[in-house]
Order: sequence, then C-alpha cells, then structure tokens
Amino acid sequence: MGVINFALSVVLLCDIELKLRLGRSDFMAYKVVGKSVRKVDAIAKVTGKAKYTDDFSERDMLVGKILHSPYAHAIIKSIDVSLARALPGVEAVLTYKDLPRINYSTTLPGVIEDVIEKELAEELELKRIKFGTAGHPYSLDPGHRDVEDRHILTKKARFIGDNIAAVVATDELIAEKALKLIKVEYEVLEALTSTDAALREGAPLIHEGRERNILASGGFAIGDVEEAFKESDLVIEGEYETSIVQHCHMENQTSYAYQDTDGRIVIVTSTQIPQIVRRVVAQALGLPWGKVRVIKPFVGGGFGNKQDVCIEPLNAAMTLAVGGRPVKIELTREESMIDTRTRHAFKFKIKTGINHNGKIIGIHISAVSNTGAYASHGHSIAGSAGGKFRYLYPTKALKYDPITVYTNLPVAGAMRGYGCPQIFYAFESHLEDIAKRLNMDPIEIRQKNLVEVGFVDPVSKNKITSCGIRECIAKGKALIKWDEKKVLYKEQSGDKLRGVGMACFSYASGTYPVALELAAARIVLNQDGSLQLQIGATDTGQGSDTVFGQMVAEVLGLPMDMVHVISTQDTDISPFDTGCYASRQTYVSGMAVEKAALEVKAKILTFASSMTDIPVDKLDLLEQKIVYKHSGESVLTLEQVAMQSYYDRVLAKPITSDISNNARINAVPFGVTFAEVEVDIKTGKIVVLEIYNVHDSGTIINPQMAEGQVHGGVSMGIGYALSEQLLFDAVTGKPLNNNLLDYKLPTIMDTPNIGAAFVETYEPTGPFGVKSLGEPPVISPAPAIRNAVLDATGVAFNRLPMNPQRVFEGFKKAGLI
Amino acid sequence: MYDIIGYYDAETVDEATAFLAENPNLKLIAGGTDVLIKMHGGQLEAAELLSLRKIKSLSIIRKAQDGTIVIGAMVTFSQVFNDPILREMIPILTEAAISMGGPQIRNIATIGGNVCNGATSADSASSLFALNAQLKIEHVKGERIVPIREFYLGPGKVALKPGEILTEILISPDDYQGFGGQYIKFAMREAMDIATLAVSVVCKLSGKTFADVRIGLGVAGPTPLRCLEAEEFAKGKDVSLETVAKIGELAVNSAKARTSWRASKEYREHLVEELVQRALKIAVVNAGGGELV
Ligand SMILES: Cc1cc2nc3c(=O)[nH]c(=O)nc-3n(C[C@H](O)[C@H](O)[C@H](O)COP(=O)(O)OP(=O)(O)OC[C@H]3O[C@@H](n4cnc5c(N)ncnc54)[C@H](O)[C@@H]3O)c2cc1C
Repeated sequence: MGVINFALSVVLLCDIELKLRLGRSDFMAYKVVGKSVRKVDAIAKVTGKAKYTDDFSERDMLVGKILHSPYAHAIIKSIDVSLARALPGVEAVLTYKDLPRINYSTTLPGVIEDVIEKELAEELELKRIKFGTAGHPYSLDPGHRDVEDRHILTKKARFIGDNIAAVVATDELIAEKALKLIKVEYEVLEALTSTDAALREGAPLIHEGRERNILASGGFAIGDVEEAFKESDLVIEGEYETSIVQHCHMENQTSYAYQDTDGRIVIVTSTQIPQIVRRVVAQALGLPWGKVRVIKPFVGGGFGNKQDVCIEPLNAAMTLAVGGRPVKIELTREESMIDTRTRHAFKFKIKTGINHNGKIIGIHISAVSNTGAYASHGHSIAGSAGGKFRYLYPTKALKYDPITVYTNLPVAGAMRGYGCPQIFYAFESHLEDIAKRLNMDPIEIRQKNLVEVGFVDPVSKNKITSCGIRECIAKGKALIKWDEKKVLYKEQSGDKLRGVGMACFSYASGTYPVALELAAARIVLNQDGSLQLQIGATDTGQGSDTVFGQMVAEVLGLPMDMVHVISTQDTDISPFDTGCYASRQTYVSGMAVEKAALEVKAKILTFASSMTDIPVDKLDLLEQKIVYKHSGESVLTLEQVAMQSYYDRVLAKPITSDISNNARINAVPFGVTFAEVEVDIKTGKIVVLEIYNVHDSGTIINPQMAEGQVHGGVSMGIGYALSEQLLFDAVTGKPLNNNLLDYKLPTIMDTPNIGAAFVETYEPTGPFGVKSLGEPPVISPAPAIRNAVLDATGVAFNRLPMNPQRVFEGFKKAGLI
Repeated sequence: MYDIIGYYDAETVDEATAFLAENPNLKLIAGGTDVLIKMHGGQLEAAELLSLRKIKSLSIIRKAQDGTIVIGAMVTFSQVFNDPILREMIPILTEAAISMGGPQIRNIATIGGNVCNGATSADSASSLFALNAQLKIEHVKGERIVPIREFYLGPGKVALKPGEILTEILISPDDYQGFGGQYIKFAMREAMDIATLAVSVVCKLSGKTFADVRIGLGVAGPTPLRCLEAEEFAKGKDVSLETVAKIGELAVNSAKARTSWRASKEYREHLVEELVQRALKIAVVNAGGGELV
C-alpha cells in the first residue's frame, strides 16, 4: 500500500491513513485506461450502421407468432388448430402436442436417453421436456442447477400471456389471423395474483409438487439474532414493499432461426448470453448442444431481461417445423412487457437491534418475493439480495429468511441489481426511520456501522480488499450541500416542501462463489501491428467492448484505432464466456482480456528477441515499437515484428492468444445516492431537484462511459422510486398497463440533471484495479428519494412507487391534506 | 405490419366528401397517430383509409375579418404551438399543444384528429371547451356548425355522421377578446403522457369582480366538460381567494370522476378542486388582475 490515485479530490488527499485504506498500491500512469476514449461502436450506432437482429434478413423469411393464454391459471381441455392450418400462407401451427417428446438427460451433453414414438399417454405427458431458462452457467452439481419447470408450449396456462400455441406463416398479418382461428377450450382455475393468495392454505398448486407454491426458501444466519436483540438498547421494526417493474429495453426480444446446410440450428438473437441460449435451446429440444449455434449481433439493451432464454427455444422449434426455413419472432412491446421477465416484487419485515449510540447489534430481515408463474431466476434472486447486503453493515448477528413464491403473474427474472434495489430500498428506508427515532443524523448512523477493509464475509468468505464508501459519502454530501440544505429546510411552510436524503449500497463483481466465473479472450496480431480482440462476453450497449479495447491498448502500448474489437459473439467462433450479467465483465472478463494481452506482449517480445538477439527481459513494447527497457531506445517497430511473424521463412508463427480465466474471487463496489426533492403537498407530486450518485468502483477505465452508466442507472432508479409499476387485475391477473403509455417509464423530461462522481480506490484483485459498475447505479436512488421525501414532509413511504395517488393517500392519512 | 386493404388520397374537401359518399367503409386518416395505434391494437381491421394530408386548405390558421380565429382541421400541434396569432390570442391552446406527446408526434398529429378521436384526454379539448369553440363540418350535401360541447357524445364517440368531415375549428372574438387564461396538464410524466386531469380556465375581469369565467376539464368524466355551476357562481363575485376557493369546490360538482386503476375518484376530485384554483389564479393575472395571495 502506498501512493494514492490522484483522481481523488484534494480534500481527501491530505489524509495519509485514508490513502492506506483506499489501498492504491502501485500507481501507474496509464495511457489509455482512465481516459474517456470514444466508444468503439459510437459511429456505427449513431449512423445506423450497427446491425441489430431485425436488420438482418434471409430470403423468404417466415414470421412466427405466439398464441398467449387469456387466463392466468387454466388447463387446456382441447385445442383445435385445423382452421388455422388451413389458412393460405400458414406454414405450421404448433401446440404442446407437437413438441419433442424426447426425454433428454441434462447430465451429459449429447445423450438422448429415450425417444418415445407412440402417442403419449397422460402419465407420460409429464415426461415432456421441461427446461429452466435462467442465464446461469451450467452446473455439474445437479443440486445447483436452475429449476426446470417450463415447456416450450404449455398444456397448463400459468399466467395471462403464457405460450399456448404458435403459428409460422408467410407474413405477420396471416400469422395473426391464424392465431385467431385456433380454438382452445380451457378449464379455468383460480388465479393466484398475490403471494398471500398463493401461500394460503389449500390454494391450488401452480406447479406440481411445489408445496404452498413455494419455489425457494432458506437464507442464512450469522450469530444469534435473538441474543443480539436482548443486548440492544432498542429494537425497531418496519415493513417495506416494492413493486413489479419491467426493464423496458429499447429493443424488444427479437430472433430468427434456421437450419444450416449441415442441419444445425442457427439462431440470431438479441441476447446477453449466447452460450447459455445455445445450451438451453438444445436442452429444451432434446438435442446435443453442438447442434445449436447462436449469434449475437448488436443488442439494444437488456438490463437482465436478456439474461434469460425467452423466445429462442420456440423459435428453434418453429424452424424445425418448417423444414429448417428461416423464421423470425419479434415480440411487440405489449408482449415483451408481460411474456419475458419482470423485477420481483418483495415484501420485507425488518427488525433491528441498535444501541443509543447508533451501533447496530443485530438485524433480522424476512422477505417474501413474488416470482410469478415460472422459476426463471427466482430461486436465486432473493438469496443474492441478502448476499450482497451482507457487505455494507457487518453486525454481530444477521438473519435473513426469504421465501420465493409462485403466483399466476408474469415471470420475474433477472433485472439490473438482482434483488438489491429491493433489499436496499427496504433497509436504507428502515435505517432512516431508526435515525429519526434516535434523533441522529442519517449520515452519522451509517458511518457508525460501515464496513472496513479486511472484513471477511462469513458466508461467502469474500473479503473486502478496497473500500471507499466513507469518501463517497463525503463527496456526495459536499456535492448536494447537505449541511446547508438541512438547515435551510428545517423551517418550511406552504404547499411545496423540500428535503434531502441519502442511501448507501454494496454490491459484488460477478457471482463468485455462487457460480462459475469463466471468461475468455482471443487476440490475433495482424501484419500491420493492429489486432483483433474477440471476447466471449457480450456488449449489450453498456460499453464493455470499448473497455476491453482500452485494456488491450494499455498493455500493448497501442492507440485505440489499432485494436479492432469484434462485437459479435458467435458460439461457433467466439471464445467461451458465460455472458453479460452480474456486473461481471470489466472485472471478470477483464481479467481474461488482460491475461491475453500480456501473453501477446510476451510473445511479441520473445519474437523480437529472436529477431535481434536482445534478451527478452531487456525489451519492452511502447507506442508500437520494441524498445530497450532501460533507455526507451527503439529497436524494431511492432509492424516489423508482426510481418516477420507471418512471413519469416523459418520463424513464421503468427502471434495470437486464446485464453480463459476462471475468476475464483470477487470484489465489492460501494456507493451512495444523495437526492433533493420538492414535494407538492396538494397534488402529491414529487420532483427530484438534484441527485448525485457517488461510486467506489475501483479504477474507472473510461470516465465518460462510466458517467453514462450512472446516468442510466439513476434514471431507472428514479422511475422505480416515483412512477413505475406493472399492474394487474386482482381477480383475473389481467395486465392493466403493459404498454409504454400506461406504464410510467420516466422520459428525459422527467429526469433531472444527474450528477455522477467517483472515488477511485484501487481494487487489488481486479484488472487495473477495477470493481463493478454495471448494475450498482440503480440500487440506491429509490431509498435516497424516499428519505428525502421523509425529510421534506415527515411522511415515510414504505411502498414503491411513490406516485401521486399514493402520496396523496399518505398525506391524507398523515393529516397534511 | 398494419392491416390496410386500401388507401386513397383526397386533394380537396369536395373530393374527400365525394369519396366518403361513394364508399361508406372509408376511414379518415389525418396524422394517423390514433388510427395506427388502433390498428396495432386490433380495434381496427381491414382498413380502407382516406387520407386528408394532401388537402392544403385544411392546414391553415387565420384570423377572419370579424376576428374569428379559424384553425384548419389538418393543422398540426407543432403548427398550433408556433403560430404567432394563437400564441397571442389564445395561449391556453398553444400551451395545450406543447404539452402534447413529444416533438415527433406534435409534428404529425392534427388538431382535427385530436377532436374527432373523441378522447376525454385530448389535450386540445379542455381549452377548446373553455373557448366555446365551434366546429365546421362538411358533407357532400352541405355544411353545418356544431358547438364543441355538443360534439363529444361519449368515450371515443363524436357527433360526426357518415360522410362528414371536420374542416375547421372556429373561435369567436367574443369568446377570447379580453380574457386571460391558463392551461394545466396534470400527468404522471412531463412528456409523452395522457393527462390525469387537464384544466383550462379563461376569465374576464370587470374591476375587482369576475365578469366571466369558463372552465374546461379533461379526464374529469367520460368526455371533456365544462363546470357550469362554478362558472355561474363566479359571475360578479369579488376576485378573491375565497371566491377562487369556492369556484374550485363547485367545479367538483360538474366532474364525473370515477375510480380506476389509474387514479381514485377521491384523488381526481381533489385535483379538480386544487388545479382549478391554481389555473384560475394565474388566469386572473393574465386577465390583468393582481396576484392573489
Ligand atoms: C406517442 C403518442 C403520444 C400521444 N400523446 C398525446 C397527448 O399528449 N395528448 C393528446 O391529446 N393526444 C396524444 N396522442 C394521441 C394523438 O396523437 C392525438 O389524438 C392526435 O391529435 C390525433 O391526430 P391525428 O391527426 O394523428 O389523427 P388520426 O389518428 O389520423 O385520426 C384520429 C381520428 O379522427 C378521425 N379524423 C381525423 N381527422 C378528421 C377530420 N378532419 N374529420 C373527421 N374525422 C377525422 C380519424 O378517422 C380517427 O378516427 C398521442 C399519440 C401517440 C401515438
């Protein structure tokens, strides 16, 4: 430990102890890392040259459409597709009866255990392939695999929108007409539209064998929480609730599939996880995994919704049904909002034991998570929330009891933050309420309890190796002029009241130790000294391609325009990486990229040594030249080495690297939101006047892109706080607002100027000192805004969103109107 | 993909009314921002469209000799917002226009389409109600003038008979000269949203009293509406906070709010009372009165 990164503000520089805590060790003067280089795909995107799935076309592409269930819970008694099939232009109609009846073992790829040819008897119906859709790496341990509870087309509808049948036709209008000609007779069951209804004694089971409709339960316990409560001066309880929201990525789920000349299924799709799509499609159809190839072109956003396999298995089945001809599925916005994934709504009960001085002794959090009709990521999200929460305020005792419950609502899955926006909204609201009770400054109470470097999480064994949360708080506090405003807003009157609030979070960089963190990179040095960088990790808009390019440029002393980053992932061609999720790329995939670049550097220097007879350890690579390490004197150009590596009649051996990295480590990023609001007491409207997110994400590789990431996350957080929620009829489960008019996603006009700031610690385990930044910006805005509203009005809103209707009701109850 | 089986263009109003008389199945399309949404949602199938976009005479805003403001049915919301006459004479309409949709929508959506679509949330409607707008409607067999209050029949239902086209919106000088007004669109978003409540108020002062007040509300009932009881009460009353408060209270009596998943009846009525007051206070200032505090 030694010198501090001077990107930190001057105020912080004076504290020598702090420098030690921030852990910056070997400060290097980076040339490309840390610079706001232009996004590698910026020009392609703004000129419209970047091709997204829908921009590709195949000759005579057919169109696939889905018949969605109109009932939230129903069994198909009969289904008649004869009229639809007879419609001219219809090429295929599929129902559950048509899908493969092969019992495919998931234990080993490529093994088909049993092919059942005759018409299935009712009990054999159960043997129809079920598959899981979550975008997790496969696990060799059967106990750790994703829950397999889904058929490509179902015989039992479990939510309004469930996939009952599908049509392939020559155009969209014919396909839609054909859908209307499919006659389905349903036996309608009770729709369980809330977790309370689903947990009720005697409620019908949505999935066989899932007692009380519980998908998952079981958290963790550190220490003895009951003992801790006894030791505490005060025990304070609170209840908090979040809503179902949706990702609303710009590009809806779109894919097309065909069979290639060798019979393999090729799927071009807008996904975060091409390798997992490949596996799940193969599993769902009972095919050897190698029979499927997945290509990911440019992607218009995913936010976790494309960390799931939604339309691809059906798309593959569609092309098989028409002899391998190309078939496209493009979900409409209305479909995408209910028939892909949503964010889990949580209900929390929190009990905290605390001393008068603000030191937390014990915390008990119970949570009920609503996972909707199928498991997707449901079995892991509640657990993940608890896991990432553990890092922020270590206590003697912490107990976490989540249960995740099936309901007859759309399927909840991965969404930016993976359970953390929920748990931090609840806890950071709760902590604010406690501070109020103790008459303590909200910042002070947090400072009393924050984690320190060296803390080892007793459950995951992950260790905090860098921590700038205190400095983040100091910076945010100064940016929003906290002390000034606290005084200013003490005495207010009138219809518009202002207040300030803040909230903190901790997160993770990837999923270790819960899941495999394998990443890969491949570099090929060209004749002119430029190179291609291929990564398995997918850029879905967040900018990972650029960051990886910067890392390679840094290691090899190249300008960015000599690094050609291949943005398309193709499971036939790209190196193996499990995908874009868990804020893992810069940290986890970055390790592989750095490793590949270092290998290429070593090979270049070795080759140069063989050309010059200068020992390798005397050489370095700088500004596209091979130089003497001691003097910087140029020996050869990189291009000379590259040419020789291709064409030397004796030594020729092109320089490449093809490397994997299995990251068996994690790093914890931190951050804070400070928000100032103005509340219109009479109308219940809350306006965010100022908002700052300050992040400790280790080294910032590209400040401008990092800022963009924060802007996007905060805007998503503001929507979560104030306006967004998917609504359903309580009796039928019918979605009420699955469109962008009625679902109140904020527009840019609703978004204040967002302040993004960074405290650059140096994370010793990460490439170039990085930690994650992808998901974190969305976590803390909602509780910060809620706490600011509390500060302004004295009214605590313990349920999201705080939309005008709800705020009106809250003020009415509090006697403000 | 839209389910369109025929598409025709008319270049004059006569041509359009003739087309309509010939083929009763024709559906008029102006900017298409409601029509295409209906097709996307499946409420309109196998459409045969008659477009009015080539009829130049319908895209004009003018002030007639007698001071009547004439707005062609094909005038877009961008045109309304940018028009110097409207900005000066009836800013409650230009404010309503800029509150509508986003720039792309305002560039194509027409005021005629807004009115004929029959939505209670139509952003032009509450202002046109407050302004006592008259609608000129043409048919092969002739034309008629309908006051806007008689035009809205129910949600999505307007008093257009088969073969009729709305050609002009007329605002008489008696209804705007000497008035000050204010439009408030209360929505969940600052753009790209439909109002939770729209309030448009005009008032004329006579010394320290209200000579005339007209209040148009959108989304306070199945159609846009006027608050006649409150308006009647206002006449001759002192311009004071008490009067304004009473007007707000009485305005609620004209509202036909109901509870839906979008907002509760109680909340909507509370908004009517509050926002009518807010709009009226600003309208008073715009009519030359003093600020009420
Ligand atoms: C993204 C988006 C945002 C929107 N935001 C708003 C908003 O903020 N506020 C708002 O009020 N509306 C909004 N709308 C709705 C719509 O844009 C408006 O109602 C618009 O004014 C309709 O005009 P148009 O020219 O597009 O009508 P069209 O869709 O062409 O026609 C609408 C209806 O009127 C009929 N019609 C059109 N012209 C005539 C005529 N001259 N004579 C007789 N009948 C006619 C048509 O047959 C049809 O029934 C929005 C729509 C979209 C898609």
